[in-house]
Amino acid sequence: MKIQKTHLLLAVLALLAIWQLFAMFINRPILPSPIEVGKVFFQELQDGLIDHFLASLWRVLASTALAILIAAPLGLILGQSKRLNSFISPAIYLIYPIPKVVLVPIILLILGIGDFPKITIIFLILFFQILVLVRDQAAGLRPELIQSVRSIGAGRRALFRFVYIPASLPAVLTALRQSIGTAVAVLYIAELFATQKGLGYYIYLNGSTLFNYPAMYAGVVAMSLLGLGLYFTVDWLERRYCNWQFVT
Amino acid sequence: MIQIESVKYTYQESPPVFDGFDWSVGRGDAWVILGPSGCGKTTLLYLIAGLLVPNSGTVKIDGKSLDRPRPQSGLILQDYGLLPWSTVRQNVELGLNVRAFYGPDGKHAPTNHHQPLDVDHWLDRLELTPHAGKFPGQLSGGQRQRTAIARTLVLNPDLLLMDEPFSSLDAPTREGLQLLTLELVSEQTITLVLVTHSIEEAAFVGKKILLLGKPPNQQAMIIENFSSGSESYRDTDEYQLLCRELRSRMDEI
Repeated sequence: MKIQKTHLLLAVLALLAIWQLFAMFINRPILPSPIEVGKVFFQELQDGLIDHFLASLWRVLASTALAILIAAPLGLILGQSKRLNSFISPAIYLIYPIPKVVLVPIILLILGIGDFPKITIIFLILFFQILVLVRDQAAGLRPELIQSVRSIGAGRRALFRFVYIPASLPAVLTALRQSIGTAVAVLYIAELFATQKGLGYYIYLNGSTLFNYPAMYAGVVAMSLLGLGLYFTVDWLERRYCNWQFVT
Repeated sequence: MIQIESVKYTYQESPPVFDGFDWSVGRGDAWVILGPSGCGKTTLLYLIAGLLVPNSGTVKIDGKSLDRPRPQSGLILQDYGLLPWSTVRQNVELGLNVRAFYGPDGKHAPTNHHQPLDVDHWLDRLELTPHAGKFPGQLSGGQRQRTAIARTLVLNPDLLLMDEPFSSLDAPTREGLQLLTLELVSEQTITLVLVTHSIEEAAFVGKKILLLGKPPNQQAMIIENFSSGSESYRDTDEYQLLCRELRSRMDEI
């Protein structure tokens, strides 16, 4: 779905107006006005917020890339092999509904500090989403289509290049769109532990330790911009590479 | 051109579809395989296409045993097999891209393959030029089937295999494409094997008709129909007589 620029602008203005109203109504330091937060946001950007933003962005991008690289081929294989799928699907359905956030302490315990455990947690969320959607899309590929392309001379490698990869792209993008929200939310939780970089850490530090509420909200704004940017990227990729789905 | 010798083919846990089956197709022949559903028409076509391998016996094309699809054979299926994410032009170019992907290795592409650039010619010949930028989902059934034909002919095949290619089309489109297929096949001197369950299609398109019955098929039942091949053939008594004969033979099966 393409979001129009004017609609986006209107939505932002409406949100800011509601925020302003609430700030005036509550009139406490815990809810500063958007103007104040805006000022602090730009100050903080120069004062290290950008580094936290980049640290979070890197974790999301790394886990997304990893999830696509591992889950998409696996989904294709499962989608094309009924036998393998009937063995592995029960396991997937057992693990899939577990909210991955409950694994945060365990993963941190096992994988320790640094970026890797955080990337692993987001990876797990995206992995199952992509796996299931790509598998279903690959299972929906009609055997006649595969036979036709094989008869033109395509072997396994050409089938991947000309059929399987383009066929699974919409599923990958749908999976990403569906899981970006969860991924960012869990990123926040993951960044509460054992790190001094990232928006999660920044928000928690300012909100609960320093009681610097305007800076905390600046962090929240940065996090929402991070999510918005990811949504827009997925939208753009979809329009660029999956435009066949939108024509009538 | 095609020699089928004592072929046996069985699907899992059912009686064989073919058992000791012999059949041969000469170069430049226009064959139709006719029979009721479940008689093994498509199985036979897939055996010739190299997409299935017989349990015993041999399928040879130009004296060579098949174990995989042969690059000089073109296959067109009922549901067109077009890539939904590619435009008409990209679909027509697909075979060329697959061949460029492997290079002329003799396995996926003929060893003497040079990249021909007549995509435009075939788009034009099949009246697809105005639709070149559309996706298959935006085309009519007839246009889709013409795209599939263009995609196959651009590869310059010497054998064209078609599985119920026109059965989902309306009557005028179907008759137009039957005639077009006959024209193209004689222009390009291509051997044609077309599978159908329609008596009228068999009588109009096939210079020779192979009638298949209930499995297991052991002997080929062949009917010759050399007068076919022109648009006016449909109006002749000969055509009417043949249809009647085919119908009564199908009823006996």
